[in-house]
Amino acid sequence: MDYLLHILVITGIYIILASSLNLVLGYAGLPALGHMAFACVGAYTSSLLALDFGISPWLGLPLGGILAALLGFVVGLPSTRLKGDYLALATFGLGVIVYSVAKNWVDLTRGPMGLPGIPKFSLFGFELQPVWSYLLLVALFVVLTAFIINRIVTSPFGRVLVSIREDEVASLSLGKNVDAYKLTAFMVGAFFAGIAGSLYAHYITFIDPTSFTAMESISVLLMVVFGGMGSIAGPFVGASALVILPEMLRFLGMPSSVAAPLRQMIYGLLLVLLMLYRPQGIVGRYRFK
Amino acid sequence: MALLQIENLSRNFDGVKAVDDLSLSVEKGSVTALIGPNGAGKTTLFNLITGFMRPTSGNVTFDGKEITRLSPHRIVSQGIGRTFQTVRLFPKMTVLDNLMLPLSGTGEEGLFAALTGSAAMRRKEETNREKAAKLLESVGLAHKGNDDAETLSFGQRRLVEILRTLALEPRLCLFDEPVSGVFPEMIPTILKVIQEQKAHGRTVFFIEHNMETVREAADRVIVLHHGRKLAEGTPAEIFNHAGVHEAYFGRRRNAP
Ligand SMILES: Nc1ncnc2c1ncn2[C@@H]1O[C@H](COP(=O)(O)OP(=O)(O)O)[C@@H](O)[C@H]1O
Ligand SMILES: [Mg+2]
Repeated sequence: MDYLLHILVITGIYIILASSLNLVLGYAGLPALGHMAFACVGAYTSSLLALDFGISPWLGLPLGGILAALLGFVVGLPSTRLKGDYLALATFGLGVIVYSVAKNWVDLTRGPMGLPGIPKFSLFGFELQPVWSYLLLVALFVVLTAFIINRIVTSPFGRVLVSIREDEVASLSLGKNVDAYKLTAFMVGAFFAGIAGSLYAHYITFIDPTSFTAMESISVLLMVVFGGMGSIAGPFVGASALVILPEMLRFLGMPSSVAAPLRQMIYGLLLVLLMLYRPQGIVGRYRFK
Repeated sequence: MALLQIENLSRNFDGVKAVDDLSLSVEKGSVTALIGPNGAGKTTLFNLITGFMRPTSGNVTFDGKEITRLSPHRIVSQGIGRTFQTVRLFPKMTVLDNLMLPLSGTGEEGLFAALTGSAAMRRKEETNREKAAKLLESVGLAHKGNDDAETLSFGQRRLVEILRTLALEPRLCLFDEPVSGVFPEMIPTILKVIQEQKAHGRTVFFIEHNMETVREAADRVIVLHHGRKLAEGTPAEIFNHAGVHEAYFGRRRNAP
């Protein structure tokens, strides 16, 4: 039972990650390949605040989000100059840099040794120890994230983002400050990814840089593309499918030494099938040009 | 009085002088046509005026204010709107949403308004949606409002793009070949919209190939050739101008 709840917690965290990337990728149309960098900053920020200064995760989590948003500004900067594949490569590179910093700035992050013993969330003096209680917390953040992102994309602000995706030059010709909107989209996306990272850290209670690799960023990207870019439901479908499908391998009695590499292969295969048969994703209607 | 003034403007592309030491002005309240053979530099001139390209040298002055190196969105806020030779609608947005964009301002398009869902923003949206619907109605496209822009015919796209620019309420409208590639039935509708702008006190500067269209719609004509101004005058004057015929057809009019 706890195992099932655990899978749902992880799914919820990935839904937040995928939804936040969807704002940048699916709505503003900006190919961003380093999304886990923001989760990394969120996770380390609130973990270190808790471990070194005893700051509650309730405060650490929004602070992690804010720091991730600041990084979002930096990672978004290339989007004001570069397009398409070049932008994808630049954001990929920045993601790798953040990963390397987490791995090599040993004084701060303990590098590859990771941070053990990260405190859990507490409520009224009770630690959210049972998995079901944490699932409620994650579910709350999933709903909150989806609600806010939905509000953003259905607003005039979101309409400008979509116009940038559809035709950036035309958007400029209507007087939109396209660069400012791109940067804002990156910052908002990064904020929620930071929160997801923090939720992960205080759940697992241990983080190390390997949770935030480029491969992980690509998994989140795949969730968005698989579910359908530019729709609110897309990331839910994509994250659920891509977390739960590989888990089912275990029920087939596959040892984890086989299941892990198989997971990567399933992702790869799914991506190929998707591009061939349904490039707009399961529930989306927008595809890459 | 000149609303738009261009002085010694040049733009090179790898040695090609697309616009070459060009000076011209567009009178306030006029409908001025810009003609010239393919590759004359007409579109480049529009891109230089609207900030989409940087000039190699020279100045652009709009209503007495220099706008030469402003970014495109700032030039729009000065009061210059444009369309594109290759129509640029937002294909996967509804026709109404295409028109909502120019009607909305930075206030309601901010992140803060989105997060708070402010009442002021929602009111503005409502009035803008009515305005957009009226614009569509005025050209008989009301029934297309909720369809994606990509479902429109080419002529309808040109028309909606022009409406979208007009919704900015610009003082100067730049239209790049507003009727080219459009079915003949659609041409009078588009020309009518262009000519109506005069009554609104707007100035129109448009690129056009067809001499008949120019005669019908314009009161001034500027001829561009190899990035330079070849001639300027009323449509009648230009039509009888020997050099213009040479530029267009490679020979003098009435030549043996
Ligand atoms: N972005 C560009 N890069 C390189 N050359 C260009 C570019 N835009 C225009 N040109 C060149 O500038 C010249 C003028 O082009 P253009 O302004 O499009 O002409 P027109 O609109 O009068 O047909 C042409 O020789 C064209 O090839
Ligand atoms: Mg042209």
